[in-house]
Amino acid sequence: MTNNRNIGQAISVNVVDLSKSFGSEKVLKNINFNVTPGEIFVIMGPSGAGKSIMLKHIIGLLRPDTGKVLLNEMDVIERKTVEQNVIAMVFQEGALFNSLNVFDNLALYLREHRRYNKNNIRTKVTHALEMLSLGNAIDKFPPELSGGMRKRVAIARALVMEPQLLLYDEPTSELDPTMGATISEIIATVRNETQVTSIVVSHDRDLALTISDRVALMMAGEIIEINTPENLTKSKDPRVQSFLNPKINIDQPRFRQKEENK
Amino acid sequence: MFSLSKILEAIGSSVLLFLRSFTYLPSITRQFPRFMDQCYIMGYTTLPLVAILSFFIGSVLALQIGYSFQGVSFNQYIGSIVGLAMVREMGPVMTSIMVAGRIGSAITAELASMKVYNEVDALKTMNIPPERILVLPRLLAIILVMPVLAITAITVGWLGGALVAQNVSFIDLDHEIYFRVLKKFVTIDAIMDGLCKAEIFGIAVVTVCCNIGLRTHGGPREIGNAVTKGVVTSIILILFLNYFITKALL
Ligand SMILES: Nc1ncnc2c1ncn2[C@@H]1O[C@H](COP(=O)(O)OP(=O)(O)OP(=O)(O)O)[C@@H](O)[C@H]1O
Ligand SMILES: [Mg+2]
Repeated sequence: MTNNRNIGQAISVNVVDLSKSFGSEKVLKNINFNVTPGEIFVIMGPSGAGKSIMLKHIIGLLRPDTGKVLLNEMDVIERKTVEQNVIAMVFQEGALFNSLNVFDNLALYLREHRRYNKNNIRTKVTHALEMLSLGNAIDKFPPELSGGMRKRVAIARALVMEPQLLLYDEPTSELDPTMGATISEIIATVRNETQVTSIVVSHDRDLALTISDRVALMMAGEIIEINTPENLTKSKDPRVQSFLNPKINIDQPRFRQKEENK
Repeated sequence: MFSLSKILEAIGSSVLLFLRSFTYLPSITRQFPRFMDQCYIMGYTTLPLVAILSFFIGSVLALQIGYSFQGVSFNQYIGSIVGLAMVREMGPVMTSIMVAGRIGSAITAELASMKVYNEVDALKTMNIPPERILVLPRLLAIILVMPVLAITAITVGWLGGALVAQNVSFIDLDHEIYFRVLKKFVTIDAIMDGLCKAEIFGIAVVTVCCNIGLRTHGGPREIGNAVTKGVVTSIILILFLNYFITKALL
């Protein structure tokens, strides 16, 4: 089952005409984009735009109403796609296994798939934890960690899988600026070293504009612009500009403007 | 709530879950620690409860029979009645109901919260089917543990009956006679029937509770509802299956 995985080869992602509704609420509206192997593709957008739902479609946890997601030209909803490719996801809430300690959280994948022997698993896991300054959390259980630590454990857990496609859902939210910068560096380094395809959902402007190859801006279930970071900052679209450079205006607060428009 | 299609759907999905879990049997060596864990939780921690429950059931049975047949010189048959009742009905059914309350509820609560807090999704993205790592070890554990629990329930129930028969003044039956008669009526077949029933109930409870847990959506309230639903469904299922299995085995 795990023998014919294409280890080390980054995969391409094609999202084709993807739509999804929950009841009467259209969360994704006919989304199209392609991510090339080894690219860092950042998706930005306001809260509730449908970014997390988008990622869950890419990894095959949700079924689209129409359209499809292709990983290396294979439809993600087929079982063999997930069996042949190693895909990892850092969930927005971490989704750590609460009944396992940090070490076992990281080791679970390697053990279940017989990737390495016992000693190598320990080396890999401690290395990943140290990379994220989590060395002294190794024996703790997820409920005993702070929010930011949980996020970092989730990132470490995804990294030890040595995936070909890595999805990050807001990896730097809840983290202090230095740790946020560290995570950005890790994302870029991991891509350079292992050629992994990375899709990063983030509100972090620094992350998006420094490490990404391309940035997509998503609003209310639609992708309104896909561009390189340089061109995105120069975009003429007022929605892009106000998203990237929100002005805090105490004299005329946004929520007041909304009330007045009613 | 009790629409036919929902019931059929629940039965169908439980059966499928059971079958799917056993397709992962080849990976059992990797699940061995989890299997041992479950055996400990299910067996060791449930055993005292089952023993206490069946001790009192056995003794109260003896008490009632002895009291009802006072002066009819029926006393020497108390052993056979308590013996057969424990083996064929009380032992397996009461143990299973205890298992539903004690183990089934814990399984549903654990799996439902794993589902609600995305842990099951995380497993799926790691290409680790939840059936393999969550359901299979529990099923194998209950298969091993259930006969042990049932045998304990049966023997402790017998002892409870014997103790009451010997020590209550209006019964006053020597334990040697009690066990001699018991031995004469309780056949190996009867014991096998009882254990067979217990095994089926145990598997049914674990399958149903896993299935309900893994199909939970929502938040804390839904987890609570799932637990209630798991226990109630299990108990109804035990009573329902009990009638039909008994009929088939007689
Ligand atoms: N299970 C669900 N049932 C119904 N609606 C849902 C469900 N999950 C998400 N939604 C809706 O889908 C929309 C998009 O949600 P999503 O989680 O993708 O937002 P997001 O872009 O990730 O936001 P944030 O940046 O705050 O994480 C929201 O309006 C949300 O209410
Ligand atoms: Mg989100």
